[in-house]
Amino acid sequence: MEHKIRVLLAKPGLDGHDRGIKVIAAAFRDAGMEVIYTGLRQTPQMIVDAAVQEDVDAIGLSVLSGAHMTLFPAVLEELKRQGAEDIMLFGGGIIPDDDKEELEKMGVDKMFTPGAPTEQAIAWLKQAVEQRRASEKS
Amino acid sequence: MRQRIYLTPRYGCINYESMRDDAADLLFGRCCHILGDYNETGELGMYDRKFLDKLAKRRQEWEKTASKLRERRSLPRFFTISGDDIEELFTPDMVPGATDEDYYLNEIGLPGEYPYTRGVHHTMYRGRLWTMRQFAGMGTPRQTNERFKMLLKEGGGGLSTAFDLPTLMGYDSDHPRSLGEVGKCGVAVDTLADMEIIFEDIDLSQVSTSMTINSPASMLLAMYLVVAEKRGIPFDQIRGTLQNDILKEYIAQKEFIYPPRPSVRMIVDLIEYCTREVPQWNTISVSGYHIREAGSTAVQELAFTLADGFHYVEACVERGLDVDSFAPRISYFFNAHSDFFEEIAKYRAARRIYARRMREKYGAKSPKSWLLRFHTQTAGCSLTAQQPENNIARVALQALSGVLGGTQSLHTNSMDETLALPSEKAVRIALRTQQIIAYETGVVNTVDPLGGSYFVEALTDKMERGAQKYFEEIDRRGGVIECIEEGYLQREIAKAAYRFQREIEQGERKIVGVSDFVMENEKVEIPVLRIDREVEQEQRDFVAKVKAGRDADAARQTLEKLRAVSRTETGNTFEAIMDCCRAYCTLGEMCDVLREEWGEYVEPPSAMVAS
Repeated sequence: MEHKIRVLLAKPGLDGHDRGIKVIAAAFRDAGMEVIYTGLRQTPQMIVDAAVQEDVDAIGLSVLSGAHMTLFPAVLEELKRQGAEDIMLFGGGIIPDDDKEELEKMGVDKMFTPGAPTEQAIAWLKQAVEQRRASEKS
Repeated sequence: MRQRIYLTPRYGCINYESMRDDAADLLFGRCCHILGDYNETGELGMYDRKFLDKLAKRRQEWEKTASKLRERRSLPRFFTISGDDIEELFTPDMVPGATDEDYYLNEIGLPGEYPYTRGVHHTMYRGRLWTMRQFAGMGTPRQTNERFKMLLKEGGGGLSTAFDLPTLMGYDSDHPRSLGEVGKCGVAVDTLADMEIIFEDIDLSQVSTSMTINSPASMLLAMYLVVAEKRGIPFDQIRGTLQNDILKEYIAQKEFIYPPRPSVRMIVDLIEYCTREVPQWNTISVSGYHIREAGSTAVQELAFTLADGFHYVEACVERGLDVDSFAPRISYFFNAHSDFFEEIAKYRAARRIYARRMREKYGAKSPKSWLLRFHTQTAGCSLTAQQPENNIARVALQALSGVLGGTQSLHTNSMDETLALPSEKAVRIALRTQQIIAYETGVVNTVDPLGGSYFVEALTDKMERGAQKYFEEIDRRGGVIECIEEGYLQREIAKAAYRFQREIEQGERKIVGVSDFVMENEKVEIPVLRIDREVEQEQRDFVAKVKAGRDADAARQTLEKLRAVSRTETGNTFEAIMDCCRAYCTLGEMCDVLREEWGEYVEPPSAMVAS
């Protein structure tokens, strides 16, 4: 049997708005994934430590405070530092279009903007993990 | 410490049904009882028997046509934004409770009179319009000072300060955890010096200032008071409102520092001080806004907010304060979401529940203690990043519900808020929206124009019953703090948020411009206001300069005094904090002392799941 997608969801920085991430957690769970939610106010190191320890396929970050241009690169940096670049990084929140493009250029695998349906995130993650696993096998 | 919660895959686990439990008892069920329940004079409450017979006949005829037409439906389901099914039609015989002869006087009554369903003032907006209070604050204290002066010039009546996340969480701008957050969603305040700049050239005896701050509320109010003190303005001329509602932070917004019990103690300390020294200050704004933004239903917003408010009242009474000495300075803050009538019913029910409880349970004798005065803000979470100009229409309708619900002050959101901090133009349009409601629509001409509407009264009663159910459940679980520690309130909200999202994705609910009426290849042409990265550095340099220039011994001594007071059961932390502010202690220094003494709160895993 295909092994399940494991995803770590985290709230970095000081932002406490957790409505979105809890909705995403429930939607991923109902789509058959294994979801680990870290809770609030995680540092990049705490997030990457947890992701490595839990052997997840991807990390999802939610930032609504405007600090995304600091926090996403910090998590990318930490993934690199721990040699865990095989873990994908995606996210959402209040992210202006220009920043979305810039973050994706920096190496964030996917940014979702306000109003994106959970189905879109589920479909993207399933496909991305499948591709990643296929390329690892070959 | 890292906390984790594992969610194992489960299907169909959301219990939708429990969300709309009392929809069924809403009307048809109860009105049957009403019709069989005549009083001695042959009259039925507000209506006589002859009239009701006539009405019943007319409805039977009407029903014949309606039942044929009912096959055709313009929408698949008729339900509120909270997920409650709504009846098709309301007639006078359908208002539950109308069997009571005194229903009108007891439940609806007259404005300015107990139980205040129709409003807290006799003449409402004919006497004075609501305060148009636009929340603002960004970047440096200097930039915020400029925005404030612009709003006062444009006719805004009150100032409302937004702080950045480090300030809200009690960290200085130069703390490692503040990296990337300084000045982003509000103004950065580290010391008294920042507060002096924010209110430069603004006469503190002439404005009313609202400060949206919770965990470190005492520190920010103390700074504001010390600014007034240094300018020689007596505290009895200082007017404004502090949010200072920590319970909803644990429930919804999550900007907490300390555990609930010492946090509530700080609030009581502040209320005790202000009751004595700053009599015109509204010490606490018990907030449902954030509970709603976190995804709650209207009934949850109503019930959890009032439960929080009652907890503060009980804590102050326990301290030995006379309820009539502090209760008149407690105010409320509600959300104005998109479901027009549900919102209006929510505000009306809130006033009635509050008045009754304050009078009957807490024995308040002054009518001022019975009044639920409230601020309203339109629902940020209802705004869309797609076709953002549509948000102007959403905000206008939401604001109108706040006005028809009898609000005392109002913030209208800016159309660009889902994209970034609001631009000056967007803020101006939002303020103009309120001015159009006030001066052009005519809704201010009559007090509570919807009072007596069969639908609105029935919905108001239903809101009250829904809240009552939650009060009972909260009591059964041991009280608000126990419910927070156990994650109950947080889970109820997360369940509602997830249900809402599923309704959209399953096509039951339409969001204009997002789920339907989408513009392909939409190019958003909203100028996005950005906070320069230099703000962070500027603020870090400034706090360093202030620290270097102050009397270091005095700062240290006042901090140690605060520590000593925090260790006592009965000492007043607020007075100690005033001294710290006078000595230019930083916000982070003050908060750290209390962190060391009281510990930091970590959310229980049971609060982190959606079902």
